[in-house]
Amino acid sequence: MTIAVDTSAPLPFQAGTGNDSPPPPRTPIPRSRVRLRDFGGGDLVLLGASLAAAIAVTWLIFEQFALLSGPAGFVVCSIAAFLLIYWVANVQLNGRLVATDRLWAAILGVGAVGLAVPLGAVLVFVISHGYHLISVHFFVKDQKGVGALSPASAGGIGHAVLGTLEQVGIAVIMGGPLGIATAVFLNEVGGRATRLVRIVVTAMSGLPSIVAGIFVYSIWIVYLGQGFSGFAGAIALSVMLLPSIARTTEEVLKVVPGGLREASTALGAPEWRTVWSVVLPAARPGIVTAVLLGIARVAGETAPLLFTIFGSSFINANPFNGAQEALPLFIYAHVKLPSASQVQLGYSAALALAMVVFFLFLCARLVSGTRPSWMNLSLLRRAAKSSERSEG
Amino acid sequence: MSTTANPQTVVEPRAAAADQSAVNGVSVVADQPRADMGALGAAELVAEGVCAWFGKLYVLDDVSLTMERSRVTALIGPSGCGKSTFLRILNRMHEVVPGAALAGAVRLDGTDIYDMSFRAMDVRRQIGMVFQKPNPFPAMSIADNVLSGLRFSRKKIRDRDALLEEMLTKAGLWNEVKNRLKSLGGALSGGQQQRLCIARALAVRPSVLLMDEPCSALDPASTNRIEQTIKEIAHEVTVVIVTHNMQQAQRVSDSCAFFLAAENRPGGIVETGPTHDIFENPHDPRTADYVHGRFG
Repeated sequence: MTIAVDTSAPLPFQAGTGNDSPPPPRTPIPRSRVRLRDFGGGDLVLLGASLAAAIAVTWLIFEQFALLSGPAGFVVCSIAAFLLIYWVANVQLNGRLVATDRLWAAILGVGAVGLAVPLGAVLVFVISHGYHLISVHFFVKDQKGVGALSPASAGGIGHAVLGTLEQVGIAVIMGGPLGIATAVFLNEVGGRATRLVRIVVTAMSGLPSIVAGIFVYSIWIVYLGQGFSGFAGAIALSVMLLPSIARTTEEVLKVVPGGLREASTALGAPEWRTVWSVVLPAARPGIVTAVLLGIARVAGETAPLLFTIFGSSFINANPFNGAQEALPLFIYAHVKLPSASQVQLGYSAALALAMVVFFLFLCARLVSGTRPSWMNLSLLRRAAKSSERSEG
Repeated sequence: MSTTANPQTVVEPRAAAADQSAVNGVSVVADQPRADMGALGAAELVAEGVCAWFGKLYVLDDVSLTMERSRVTALIGPSGCGKSTFLRILNRMHEVVPGAALAGAVRLDGTDIYDMSFRAMDVRRQIGMVFQKPNPFPAMSIADNVLSGLRFSRKKIRDRDALLEEMLTKAGLWNEVKNRLKSLGGALSGGQQQRLCIARALAVRPSVLLMDEPCSALDPASTNRIEQTIKEIAHEVTVVIVTHNMQQAQRVSDSCAFFLAAENRPGGIVETGPTHDIFENPHDPRTADYVHGRFG
């Protein structure tokens, strides 16, 4: 059945270059290079000078002449003065076109800094307030025998970390596949019920989180007579998680090229096989991101847990029986307390929560094989080596 | 190449199969029932009075065409005249489009592929398709791409390496990828991707291979390679190719069907015949105008 293909003869379009005589060596002509998008030293000086001038002028007018005060007003006026001075200076030096370009770049830059500063401030605030207590002891011990007057380092938050991991874990196990299945239904299967399902998912994503908690409390704990447990909290969290994952995954599935589905169908694959073997693998990085966003959202939820896990000071490893603690609930309870050591515990727990979420992200990326580039350096090096070998 | 003389005549599928084989002087397997839709080598494909609609839009009017066993049939014509729709009807890809409807019959060696007793996916395994835009599965390696069709139909793969080599050689890709079968299919160039798609379609051993402008997104060198592939595979699989490239139709096809749609009218066949006749000695003046580049 095999067909002999003569591959030894060069194809007409692969004309060899071996016969050509080597080109004569060229003497390089010195040229001054022009980089049109460059932002050189002179421009940087102009930027710095404009900024300094703006601050000086603002200080002069705002503080000395107008006798105003307050950091917020000063910053706003400085930025306005900076943009004006920067634009005028650029008009004088580079012309109106370049000046407009630079002005917009400066406006966007100011906006970016304005967004980055609060984010950085939150991180710095949490770390600076919470780092004192971070240790293995802190992550392992619970609050057994710790009173209001005990030092903050007496106990730990192991019970809350364990509770959060179990509750979020169970919530992901329940809500993740369901959310992805919902997205597959909305985008791949379709049918008459699509509109109804989409309305329900949208309504669910707009549900206040405390309502999810009350819902589980009234059905699971009061009506069905189940006690407080980590599992009840996980149900409430999965109610929050499902619409988040479903909506993000649906957006991801929408951008999978239709040609792939056609190719699979034309190969004789049944619909479920197309979804399972072609569409979902193609969308895998996006789906992992969708799940991670969902985890990030629910890991910090307090309200759904208030009526469901009840809270506890001791380690309870069984999520299906008895009250459990969770990190957000622990933080919520402790930063309100009057004792300084208790407030300190709350701040450290906040840092611990950030660390736990980061840890979950790492795990999810590692397990799913969709690592961000910085986690992949050794693999990249190996790949580079092997490609060199195959080319050599 | 001849249009079926009387598509309206209702005939039993078996009888039709016998008729066809008698007409063509072929006595191979045509009178065996193909209920299992198993692979039997190249097959003859006959369209009888095929019409198509998208919603209320009537796009294809009464097309009858015989695509002979182990021959290359080219469908030519300007854009929007129903060639691609017709092609998709030939392996039941038309019905995937929401609102799509059709009439008529398509017979694979005498068996109507739209018979209610066949599943569409079994038909598609018999009648493979290569699309205009190369669409290898991006999350699969080159090897997995080739084997994907067999995996989808849960066929046992006996000698994986031999099968890979055979299919990739047929598609003219083996020498370029034999050292990196495990790298991702999406990393290949456009022309290589299209040849990978051909290898993927051939791996399920279809009787007919439909190609929807397979070279329109490719450079001349890749086009050349794919045309060579088409000629090489034609003896074991019937090829139907849609093309906008007149030279390509002349180079690769044995017979041609010229499609045309007047303004706001459904498309249909104007003329069919051996490629040589269509290009050198067309009966219809519209065909002559089209193949000589005077319109379309």
